[in-house]
Amino acid sequence: MSEMKMRAALQGDVAEVKVLMSHPMEPGTRKDAKTDKLIPAHFINHVEVTLNGKPVIDAQWGGAVSKNPFLGFKVKGVKAGDKIGVNAVDNQSNKFDGEVAVS
Amino acid sequence: MDQLRRTFLKSAGIAGSVVVAIGAGLLKSGEALAAAWNTSAFAAKNISDAMSAAGFTGAADSKDISIKAPEIAENGAVVPVEITCTIPGTTSMAIFVEKNPTPMVAQFDFMAGAESYISTRIKMGQTSLIRVAVKAGGKTYNATKEVKVTIGGCGG
Repeated sequence: MSEMKMRAALQGDVAEVKVLMSHPMEPGTRKDAKTDKLIPAHFINHVEVTLNGKPVIDAQWGGAVSKNPFLGFKVKGVKAGDKIGVNAVDNQSNKFDGEVAVS
Repeated sequence: MDQLRRTFLKSAGIAGSVVVAIGAGLLKSGEALAAAWNTSAFAAKNISDAMSAAGFTGAADSKDISIKAPEIAENGAVVPVEITCTIPGTTSMAIFVEKNPTPMVAQFDFMAGAESYISTRIKMGQTSLIRVAVKAGGKTYNATKEVKVTIGGCGG
């Protein structure tokens, strides 16, 4: 469940990074068809992007980000070998981390 | 518990109530960590409340925010959105779906080193405007793009 796939492509000094996370992203407003009870909220609500450990993007997410979230972003001032990291936390305090070395 | 949570969400506008809730054991300590999460903006039930809670009140229309999304989305659960903002000094970008029960989808804060570009996939309950708001140089701007959602995926 805690899987994170990352890919980075360097063009000049800009890295375009694509991240795919595995997560149910339950908004907490859907009912279970069998029990008619609300399915508890379970979604990633914080995502931080780092370049060599230094934060460059800080994001807050709600339950309307699609299941198995995709995130694409661009970081500048990047050279081959630099490390781009993604740290995510969900509303149940589970942590997910990913890192990719730019090449 | 759901009822408790609902009551809590409604009254959580004040930071003090969060402290009280932790004291009363309503919140796990982990949820307190995410205190910076903008509960009032994400819980807001209409676009103007959500935008003001997120700090985007009075946003001016801007052609420098480009929203790439399909004209027609057959599956509202997965709508790809790609946003590029060319306004210099953009520090924050938020995505809203006007007709979702809670319009706020996400907010991205950019620090030095990040380009003001985001690509993601979002949920849309019905045909609606996607509204993207940004903060740049102490001002707020926004732009919209309509996406038609065909529930059932057969164009009906």
